[in-house]
Amino acid sequence: MAQASYPEDLLYHAEHDWARIDEDDPALATLGITWYAQDALGEVVFFEAPAVGTQLAKDTPYAEVESVKAVSDVIAPLSGEIVEVNAALSDNPATINEDPYGDGWLVKVHLTDPAERQTLLDAGSYTATLGG
Amino acid sequence: MSSSAPPRLRRTALYECHVAAGAKLVDFAGWEMPVQYEGVRQEHMAVREACGIFDVSHMGEIETSGPQALELLQLLLSNDVAAVPPGGAQYGLLCREDGGVLDDLFSYRLGGDRYLTVTNAANHLRDLEWFSSHEHNRARVSDRIDDYAMLAVQGPTARTIVQAIADRPLPARMHAASMRLAGSEVLVCGTGYTGEDGVELLCDPDAAPVLWDEIVGRGARPAGLGARDTLRLEACFHLYGNELTLERGPIEGGLGWCCKEDTNFIGSQAVRAVRADGPAERLIAFAIDGPGIARQGNPISGGGQVTSGTLSPCLGIGIGMAYVPAGHAASGTPLTIDVRGKMRRAVVKDKPLYRKG
Repeated sequence: MAQASYPEDLLYHAEHDWARIDEDDPALATLGITWYAQDALGEVVFFEAPAVGTQLAKDTPYAEVESVKAVSDVIAPLSGEIVEVNAALSDNPATINEDPYGDGWLVKVHLTDPAERQTLLDAGSYTATLGG
Repeated sequence: MSSSAPPRLRRTALYECHVAAGAKLVDFAGWEMPVQYEGVRQEHMAVREACGIFDVSHMGEIETSGPQALELLQLLLSNDVAAVPPGGAQYGLLCREDGGVLDDLFSYRLGGDRYLTVTNAANHLRDLEWFSSHEHNRARVSDRIDDYAMLAVQGPTARTIVQAIADRPLPARMHAASMRLAGSEVLVCGTGYTGEDGVELLCDPDAAPVLWDEIVGRGARPAGLGARDTLRLEACFHLYGNELTLERGPIEGGLGWCCKEDTNFIGSQAVRAVRADGPAERLIAFAIDGPGIARQGNPISGGGQVTSGTLSPCLGIGIGMAYVPAGHAASGTPLTIDVRGKMRRAVVKDKPLYRKG
């Protein structure tokens, strides 16, 4: 998508990641990178999802996204275990640019400490960190 | 605690054009330069399929003139400068005594005793110092960086677009000629850094924005340093700081073809010795066999290191260049590259990696 957007229903990590907590299961979250992250990176040409079962530790890298010119770590906004990966991205990594909050999601995670969500930012606080 | 503010970046005469075109600007060797406009891949493909225009005004120019200008350049540059006719262009290296490469550069013979040498932005001051330390009253060296803007117009339709605004025929490849382009005096050079046909234009900075707009208006797509890098890497052109450094010599870098030791240039003895004995490592091109993109600095199993790596927009696979032990340099040799902990298979390829169809 061409225009910056930061949906209100997501939680944000200052390292430009988002988490969407499942409506029915507070221990299940979908993770991805923000509009700002994909715009800074440029067209994503390579994403190799980590394996299902991989443990994520909050604030540490769990994957990489690559553009033609750069590699960027993806930071875990929350701790947990990967239960599903977006397999479609290996063939169409640019989906991360086109739909960063929808079809461009990266992994689904079973959270080990759902209370960690208290440390994340809402859309307003996150966009404030981008410095206008 | 650091009290020093970051140094102010220099801007080229085309800065406003870049902003208007929606460029993403980055610090490149102290210059605020467009890394991309709409996207590296689109700009890359525009150059391969039609025409792209690059602002490369951050590159420096050194003029050497006087009755012994040729002798001075013959001493400094690795190639046989005496072979360059008036209006000719030549690629060569600037070496230290030990053969370490100070820079790689194009020189244009403007007239009988006048040569213009184009430097890499990051090396300009060091090159100028090196040139100046050898100047004398019969071979004078002057810094011309503030006198020129430089545009590269590259791609299969580049010559047609530029010819349409020129008052005489464009020079052939590896030649240069002064002419009027859209009303301004321009040195047009049949050179480039993309593996495509095209020209490079050196002009008064004040004339650059009009020239830029005129060429863009005729269909050239603004392209940034990101596409410039992927294009040159597909074509296997060296980038100073990646493939060429003070620690690497011309022979291991595959540039023996532009070293003429019989001219006794500075560094020729070292080059002659390596050419005779063979270098320990050689610069090769590679393609990744499977997923992954190798990057500069990635180590190679059995020795060696990646100097440049990217995803090739034309080939759709990871490509790059690397120094490897001479025994692993033959085309077809399998390599294993450690890409941030993941072992990726690759294979040595013939250069260039991309040849225009």
